[in-house]
Amino acid sequence: MKIFIKFDFKRICTKVIEEKLTGLGIKYRMLNFGEIEFLEEVPDDKMKAFNAILKDYGIEKIENQKVILVQKIKDTIIDMVLNANETMNVKSSVYLSEKLGHSYGYLSNLFSEVTYTSVENFIILQRIEHAKSLMINTDLSLTEIAYRLQYSSVAHLSTQFKNTTGITPTTFQRIIAKRRELSSNKN
Amino acid sequence: MREEYTYVVLADDDEDDRLFFTDAFEELKMQTKVDVYKDGIELMNALNQSDSILPNILFLDLNMPMKSGLECLKEIKMNPRFKNLSIAIYSTSASEEDIEDTFVNGANIYIKKPNDFKILKKILADVVTMNWQYHTSGLNKDNFLLRL
Repeated sequence: MKIFIKFDFKRICTKVIEEKLTGLGIKYRMLNFGEIEFLEEVPDDKMKAFNAILKDYGIEKIENQKVILVQKIKDTIIDMVLNANETMNVKSSVYLSEKLGHSYGYLSNLFSEVTYTSVENFIILQRIEHAKSLMINTDLSLTEIAYRLQYSSVAHLSTQFKNTTGITPTTFQRIIAKRRELSSNKN
Repeated sequence: MREEYTYVVLADDDEDDRLFFTDAFEELKMQTKVDVYKDGIELMNALNQSDSILPNILFLDLNMPMKSGLECLKEIKMNPRFKNLSIAIYSTSASEEDIEDTFVNGANIYIKKPNDFKILKKILADVVTMNWQYHTSGLNKDNFLLRL
């Protein structure tokens, strides 16, 4: 005897997940299909059990969620650096956790895990990169650039610039100027 | 966590330095693949193969017989196919003139070869991490200058 069946995948998946989560005593909320919010911290062993059970059904947690969140962290930092004037009085840790709705500890651990660098270093790097582009593309003096980027002084900017790139802002400007000269001579 | 690996190439005529370099990368817990060439000519021949896989970072010794690091650098900078390559000068020289000259000619990184293995590991890790930042965070590669 043969019979024919049809499936509703969405319903099956949802039901499996609901049953297993309830079985493990994890409090959760179903958001859109494929998105689950845990309402409280899930201990590692329960999380592992959950992952193992799901794997049995061919369902896999998308680890890349992490990558997505890291991208959001980066975007937020870049935005913060570019608009330093408006965010001047807010600590970056507070700013990030408010914008992204996670604790700073969580965000910063995740960031280090995925990028091999820290949030703090990334902020410094972005500020220095912004300073570089202002040096090259505007007539602003170093003093003005330091002020715009919320450095306490030119010395502070110069020191951080040197620590990050190994060269001073003045050397940087000279090299870029010479490069331009060289390429205009070639053409 | 990082899914892609960083492909690193070194051209250096000194055998000890090459070994020191590959050992350092082996000990680093980073996903890298390292190839080495004995001189500038061998390197350029390999790069110029039309089907060659291009490295993410190319380390060039400055003082090599037949074709120096600076000559390689200039050649590479003239070829648009290599425009995404990050170039690190890896030299015993720390003369300001060499440093500025190679930067002006398009190098991104200048490393004075350290004698200490631990320091070398730290430097190479920094280079890979910084290069990764430029690669993934939409930073302007033209402004990528790093001296270590």
